[in-house]
Amino acid sequence: MATKTINPTRMELTRLKSRLKTASRGYKLLKDKRDELMKQFLDVVRLCRELRTEVEQSLEKANAAFTVASAVMSPEMLQQSLMYPKQSVETEMTMKNIMSVHVPQYTFKTTNNDPSDIYPYGFAETSGELDMALTHLSPVFEKMLHLAELEKTAQLLAGEIEKTRRRVNALEYIMIPEMQTNIKYITMKLEENERGNTSRLMKVKDMMLAEQREKSEQRKLERQLNS
Amino acid sequence: MYKIAVMGDRESVLGFRALGLETVIPDSPEEAGRSLTEMARQDYAIIYITESCAEEISDEVKKYSDSVKPAIILIPGKEGSRGTAMAALKDYVERAVGADII
Repeated sequence: MATKTINPTRMELTRLKSRLKTASRGYKLLKDKRDELMKQFLDVVRLCRELRTEVEQSLEKANAAFTVASAVMSPEMLQQSLMYPKQSVETEMTMKNIMSVHVPQYTFKTTNNDPSDIYPYGFAETSGELDMALTHLSPVFEKMLHLAELEKTAQLLAGEIEKTRRRVNALEYIMIPEMQTNIKYITMKLEENERGNTSRLMKVKDMMLAEQREKSEQRKLERQLNS
Repeated sequence: MYKIAVMGDRESVLGFRALGLETVIPDSPEEAGRSLTEMARQDYAIIYITESCAEEISDEVKKYSDSVKPAIILIPGKEGSRGTAMAALKDYVERAVGADII
C-alpha cells in the first residue's frame, strides 16, 4: 500500500515507528472515548424518548382544552385575555461537560412564583375552559425545559460520536495499516541493503585474495627464474 | 440571562404566552426563517417550534443542530403530534451509531 515514495532510511524508520506508537495510543484512547460517549448517548436518547412522549401527550391535552376554550369564547376575547402575561420566564444556561462535549443545562426563573397565580386575566369575562387549559399547560413547561436540555444533549453528542467514529475508523483502517506497511517496507529495504553490502564485501575480499595469490605466485616464479 | 421563545401558528402558541414565554407567529415560511435567524443571533437559549412550522423551514432548523445555542425543540401543534420530532431523534441515533438500534 506504499503509494507515496518513502525514503528507506533509518531516520525515516525511527520517525515512522514513533508515529505508529502515537497513532495506536490515540486509537485506543479515541476508541474508549467513543464507547463512553455511546453509552451516555444511548442513556440520554432513552430518557429523551420517554420524556417526549410524555410532553407530547400533555401538550395535546392542553391544546384540546384550548380548542374548547376558543370555542366558547370569542377569538377577540381570547386574544385580549392573554395579551399581557402576568409572569415572564427567563432561563439560566450552565454548561456541563460530558467527555469534553459541552452540553447546556437550563434552570428557569419565573417572575411570579405562585403556580396558582398564572392567569393574566380577570375571571369575570373569561370562561372556565380557559382556566382549565392554562392549568394543563403550566406543569408541562418544566418538562419541556428538561426535554430541551436532553434533546440538545443528544444532538451534540450525536455530532461528537460521528466525528470520533470517523477518526477511530480512519486510524484503524487507514493510518495504522499504512504505517505498518511502510515500516515493513523500510526494514526489508534496509535488510536488503545490508545483505547487498555483505555480499559485495565478500566479493571484494575474494578478489583481493585472488590478487594476492597471483602476486605471490608471480614472485615465486621470478625467484625460480633468478636462481 | 437567556430568553425562551415559542414559534408557530396562533392557536398552538397562544397558551404559552400566558405562561410568560415570548411568542412569534409568522405568516409565511420566509418570515419564520427570518425570525428564527434573528432570534438565533440574540440571546435566545431555547426556541420551541411547532412541528408543522419546522417542516416548512427545516433547512434553517438544521443549521443550528451543531451549535449549543439556540436549542430548537419541536413541539406538537394544534393538530397533534406528527412524529417529526421522534423521527429527528431517530435520525440522531442513526447518525451516531450508524444504524437505528432503538
